[in-house]
Amino acid sequence: MKQNLAALGAGVIFGLGLAISQMVDPAKVLAFLDLAGNWDPSLAFVMGGAVIISFFGFRAAAARIKPLFAAAFQMPKATDLDLRLIGGAAVFGVGWGLVGICPGPALAGLAFGLKESAIFVVALVVGAGFANLTLAKPVPKIPVTD
Amino acid sequence: MENFTPVSALIGGALIGASSSILLLLDGRIAGISGIMGGLLPPERGDTAWRVLFLLGLPIGVALWRLLGNPAAAIHITSSVPILVAGGLLVGLGSRIGSGCTSGHGVCGMARLSRRSLVATATFMAAAFVTVFVTRHLIGMGG
Repeated sequence: MKQNLAALGAGVIFGLGLAISQMVDPAKVLAFLDLAGNWDPSLAFVMGGAVIISFFGFRAAAARIKPLFAAAFQMPKATDLDLRLIGGAAVFGVGWGLVGICPGPALAGLAFGLKESAIFVVALVVGAGFANLTLAKPVPKIPVTD
Repeated sequence: MENFTPVSALIGGALIGASSSILLLLDGRIAGISGIMGGLLPPERGDTAWRVLFLLGLPIGVALWRLLGNPAAAIHITSSVPILVAGGLLVGLGSRIGSGCTSGHGVCGMARLSRRSLVATATFMAAAFVTVFVTRHLIGMGG
């Protein structure tokens, strides 16, 4: 129960952060990505602030054996720099550059009730779901002897 | 550099950092939105509630800000429907294949000094910069 409330609280704080920083507004994001245009560096400051605070928060977590409300830390385990990582990131970057919306702002932005947001979120879910399907571990084939 | 808003950017960023720290310290989870969402497609028993609640928190946080802080807040989306669909599909696909997005790699991964996340972030940033340059300054898609 505490675990779930903490997740809700964290989500609300995240959403607040997106709203205050205006990162929920694709126009603001695109203005940062538009180096050749009327450049707005704000997103760099959002990321900078987020990384700095997270750095210290994560260090505090690293000093613990387990999280406060859960059984264990669930950390990413992969370490190699492979084509999936780079290719996926490139594809993500293109999509992000097209509209100026990424997953967090996409869901948070639903609060504004725009049909454009809903359309993007539906496509987002379809894209993610499709990727999950194709990335799913294939069922091992039992060799058939003739 | 018209609309540069360093103070609200830093404050908002700090809140995002606080959120990531809270989720890790309390629940032991990485606040990567694409990953949290991806774990619901399809949902797995016993691993659903915290994901749904975190994701629900996102628009609630925005709604709270609109209510208490800035009732005039608005977002501006000028993309056409086909572009919205294309963008959404690519962001969904890419974030799953690449194991993360701006929150997962850009914030959490970088905060952990992960080499993978550094490379992923540099890659999607470069791809995004190029895409905006092409669409706004070469093809003239406007914005």
